[in-house]
Amino acid sequence: MMAVARVDQMRKSISAVMTTGTAVCTFAAVGILLVILSHIALKGVGSLNFRFLVDAPKPVGEGGGIGNAVLGSVVLLGLSSAIGLPLGIAVGIYLSEVGHGRLAGGVRFIVDTLTGIPSIVTGVFVYAIVVLPTKHFSAFAGGVALALIMVPIVSRTTEEMLKLVPHSLREGALALGAPQWRVVLGVVVPAAASGIATGAILAVARVSGETAPLLFTAFGSRFFSTDLNQPIASLTVQIYNYAISPYDEWHAQAWAATLVLMTLILGINIVVRILTRRRF
Amino acid sequence: MSARVETNSGPFFSLSNVRKALSPTGNTGDAVFRLILGLVALFVLAIVIAMVWALAADSLLSIRTFGFGFITSRSWNPIKGEFGALPFIYGTVMSSLIALCISVPLSLGIAVFLVEQAPRLVARPIGFLVELLAAIPSVVYGLWGIFILAPVIRQYLGPPFERLFGWTPFFRGPVTGIGLITGGLILAIMVTPIISAVVRDVLAAVPGSQREAALALGATKWEMIRVVLVNGAPGIAGAVILGLGRALGETMAVTMVIGNRPEISLSFFDPSYTIASAIANEFTEATSDLYLSSLVELGLILFFVTFVVNGIARFLVWNVTRKTGGVGRAA
Repeated sequence: MMAVARVDQMRKSISAVMTTGTAVCTFAAVGILLVILSHIALKGVGSLNFRFLVDAPKPVGEGGGIGNAVLGSVVLLGLSSAIGLPLGIAVGIYLSEVGHGRLAGGVRFIVDTLTGIPSIVTGVFVYAIVVLPTKHFSAFAGGVALALIMVPIVSRTTEEMLKLVPHSLREGALALGAPQWRVVLGVVVPAAASGIATGAILAVARVSGETAPLLFTAFGSRFFSTDLNQPIASLTVQIYNYAISPYDEWHAQAWAATLVLMTLILGINIVVRILTRRRF
Repeated sequence: MSARVETNSGPFFSLSNVRKALSPTGNTGDAVFRLILGLVALFVLAIVIAMVWALAADSLLSIRTFGFGFITSRSWNPIKGEFGALPFIYGTVMSSLIALCISVPLSLGIAVFLVEQAPRLVARPIGFLVELLAAIPSVVYGLWGIFILAPVIRQYLGPPFERLFGWTPFFRGPVTGIGLITGGLILAIMVTPIISAVVRDVLAAVPGSQREAALALGATKWEMIRVVLVNGAPGIAGAVILGLGRALGETMAVTMVIGNRPEISLSFFDPSYTIASAIANEFTEATSDLYLSSLVELGLILFFVTFVVNGIARFLVWNVTRKTGGVGRAA
């Protein structure tokens, strides 16, 4: 009896240790998140002021800001959204409503493949098909690269949202004699609109943090520009260039620019979470 | 979602058959609608084919020059025109393995805690916070790695390891803070939310009857959890491989902390280089055609490796979660 009691005691102790361990793991991860965020807030807030947000970069020692990078990021995100969102949503509609059989299976497989391709490889691809033929870096190339990253994300969420729409809605509309295109565009898509929009916003947030595909497409610039044919600055590339520079002043600016970027990204994520309460 | 009625009459490619395939209802609007969406879908298909083609075409020069020797040569010397990918392959594999060694137990712990232990009210917000780690951009991890993690490793984490294990080739100094171990640690933080999210889905897909049966037999909480983990093993393997795929292709954060030196050194404290960071770092500096072509071939290798790794991962995860309709959120 004694032996059994001791074994039981052992089992209970092991259980207690392991279940505590899992809690430790979880709070370690949350702790790392909080540590990173607080470093960004503390180190970023010092250089942050209105002039910093609107000024163009200046040589070391003269201050300067990230105005051109903010503008460049807006241009790049606008361009990539204009290309990537319609394309992604259309593919999502195709996968959920129209596609059957082998072709649809192939498209779904390709969309999944695109999700897994490292973004740096996307950058190399866009360099080969846009930058090499035109012989110069351009905002357009950067926008195309970001759009390519956006398409699979948007089409997956669109497909999932459309599949949540009850079949009775489709059947009801078809029974009333509506052709399929009107059923899809007039009934099914509007029913899933908020979910599709959420997916689109999250895709934009995700792409706004991309750096690698912009390095040799949009390249970067130290001037204000909205010309799609010219290299353009972006927040992320500017953070990278400042971070690896040898100057303390630029390091401080990199932290401040990061604070701006993270406020945007976390803001979107948290607002979406509160508004939807769905699982993303 | 209309039912498709196949009536094969006449030659396969007759106009009426094409029209029927596009629009089973015989409505012109439907035919146009399906045609447009089908073309968009084909366009996405074409993009991936174009990607393979473009990468292969631009790396042809390097493939012709070095052949198979490209991936077995240790020498990467742009000035002499020698390009061998082995140091990058080594750095990529090692940094990813270090990342997995740390993040797999961590992610399993997180997933078990959130699915099996924490009450719902706690699990949701905590789970969201863990997922937020995935929302932090790579370049931000890199910035944090350079200015916070690297000094911490140089001053606090590295020296004790060097004192205790310095006699092995793996922890030989000097500890500069910039090197393979820093890259591995940053990667570990970055893939943890991805692996733990998929493992959460996998564990949630294990039927509740398994837990009840284990508990009814007198199992302790941990013994019950082990039953659940064994049940979800293939899916967990899939989650880990998915994390591997992400780690292999991760670029900015690694580029900023790994040291970017194309040498193979056993010590985790020494600088290293990965495929992705070589492309990011040297692409705009590539002066000769052969140099550029070699970098594109690195991209081609990375493409195929991540393609295969992700394919395996998706197959494993899909097999486990399809029954409950769960979709790997990060997948």
